[in-house]
Amino acid sequence: MKELVVLSGKGGTGKTSLVASFAVLARSKVLCDCDVDAANLHLVLRPTVRERQEFWCGRVAVIDGEKCTQCGLCQQLCRFGAIRDFRVDSRACEGCGFCFHTCPAEAITMKENLAGHWFVSETRYGMLVHARLGVAQQNSGKLVALIRQRAKQIAEENDLLYIISDGPPGIGCPVISSLSGTSLALLVTEPTLSGIHDLERVAGVCRHFGVPAMVCINKYDINEENTRKIEDYCLSNGFVIGGKIPYDGAFSKAIMDGVPVIENSDGRIGKSLEVLWHKVSDSLKD
Amino acid sequence: MLQRKLPEVWYQNGTSVIITVASGKGGTGKTLVATSLALSLTERTKVQLLDCDVEEPNAHLLLSPVIVGSEAVSIPVPEVDRGKCNYCGKCAEVCAYNAIAVVPGYVLTFPELCHGCGACSYLCPEEAITEVGREVGVVEWGDADGIKFVQGRLNVGEPLAPPVIRQVKQLANREGVVIVDASPGTSCPVVEAVKGCDFCLLVTEPTPFGLNDLALSVEMVRELGLPCGVVVNRAGIGNGEIEDYCKQNNIPVLLTIPLDIEIARLYSKGVPLVAGLPEWSGHFLKLFSQIGGIVRERAGGIKR
Repeated sequence: MKELVVLSGKGGTGKTSLVASFAVLARSKVLCDCDVDAANLHLVLRPTVRERQEFWCGRVAVIDGEKCTQCGLCQQLCRFGAIRDFRVDSRACEGCGFCFHTCPAEAITMKENLAGHWFVSETRYGMLVHARLGVAQQNSGKLVALIRQRAKQIAEENDLLYIISDGPPGIGCPVISSLSGTSLALLVTEPTLSGIHDLERVAGVCRHFGVPAMVCINKYDINEENTRKIEDYCLSNGFVIGGKIPYDGAFSKAIMDGVPVIENSDGRIGKSLEVLWHKVSDSLKD
Repeated sequence: MLQRKLPEVWYQNGTSVIITVASGKGGTGKTLVATSLALSLTERTKVQLLDCDVEEPNAHLLLSPVIVGSEAVSIPVPEVDRGKCNYCGKCAEVCAYNAIAVVPGYVLTFPELCHGCGACSYLCPEEAITEVGREVGVVEWGDADGIKFVQGRLNVGEPLAPPVIRQVKQLANREGVVIVDASPGTSCPVVEAVKGCDFCLLVTEPTPFGLNDLALSVEMVRELGLPCGVVVNRAGIGNGEIEDYCKQNNIPVLLTIPLDIEIARLYSKGVPLVAGLPEWSGHFLKLFSQIGGIVRERAGGIKR
């Protein structure tokens, strides 16, 4: 069983559209939406939820006003600025428990935190594991690790060939959690200066964690000079270019219609997506 | 030229107003909006731009600032003095992040898991733990066409963006307009960038993805108790769902930018919208005036 994660550094380069198309093209797979912060894959795969679970993670300090002597020690020790006027700002609290361990009046308790929900769903294209982190929550990395583990379990139980994950933008905690230990990262970029800059950063993260990476240039024809720069960068850094996809209104239209773009486009886009999946799946065989 | 008339200064001299540009979905045009808004205001007032998307900072690509200074961002992590340690295990017991493990005769620290809370060093009965800085990123500052520019960069391979964002925000001006460019999403790095601002400008696109993620952003902004308004970018691809949502939820749509290949090409080359198409400057000044109206009204309401 092989695990593919689609990342980009920069948001809005087309990760979800590609993953939705791979969902159509790949035969034996489970899908996983690792963008737990702003998940979108369900909007095109239209899943039926089969299993819904709570995600309890981290703790938050609570001060008992009756016991509190207002000595101010907690306020002074908290490095996250989470205590003001003898009250805890739960959004700023990182759950370290420093205040809980030191309060002379034992007025502080640590409360378990419901940080989100996760789901196992059925789609026309196979099973999907996805999640919704609570708004303004921390611990996105742990939720990603949890749903990846569930996806892996589903793949093993059903003897599936692939886990295909839609990753979050950026290079921080949830990206690292989506990437570590996968078989291949497909990095989707676009020929803008931001696209190039962000590709180099996320490629650096892949190198750091020892995950092989392949690049896809989306909307390659909006700036062909920048596309050549990306090709040069890939050549000199040893990244294979899995595909170049032209700018096409079919992508937005498919999102509007709530279907994978490959089911909703003319031959040109369909062909380029098939070529891309072919290269990706070939590379996963190695 | 009438539309380029500059807005009155609606905040008091000697104070600042902080506007954060955010969006749930990535790639909707946060940086495009933040940079053009900043550039439009330079003739009128002091403007500072803080790039708080420390995972993928992009504003510098459009503004080409001359960087004049920088400082490292570090998290204090524990260092155990083996001579003093008696392996009692207190540090491992209090660490909420499993960043210290103690076995008889040995202490192991995992600096990449440490949040730098300081509990272990404070609570160690033997005073065997000191804190040393572990570098996780950098903050840089400089000037760009009349804009005071500050950006944070998280080191590649590091998971925790909030400490870098906090350090960028410490450099916020106390006077004039401060524009904060946030990272996409609604979780802790975004909250860190948004909190403490006077107004949150949410950039979206008229697709189901844009609408889904806008609703998440609005939930976050409401949770923080901040006023917000919407910029619809790439208008023309979808239907009127975003406008309907905004109307139902009493959120003003303050600016609409059409889907236009020329705008996309300028962005791809790193040219700010108002530099490539100067007629947009008036729209951004009007946007600023409208934000002013909302912030002022709210401040008045609170006073009363």
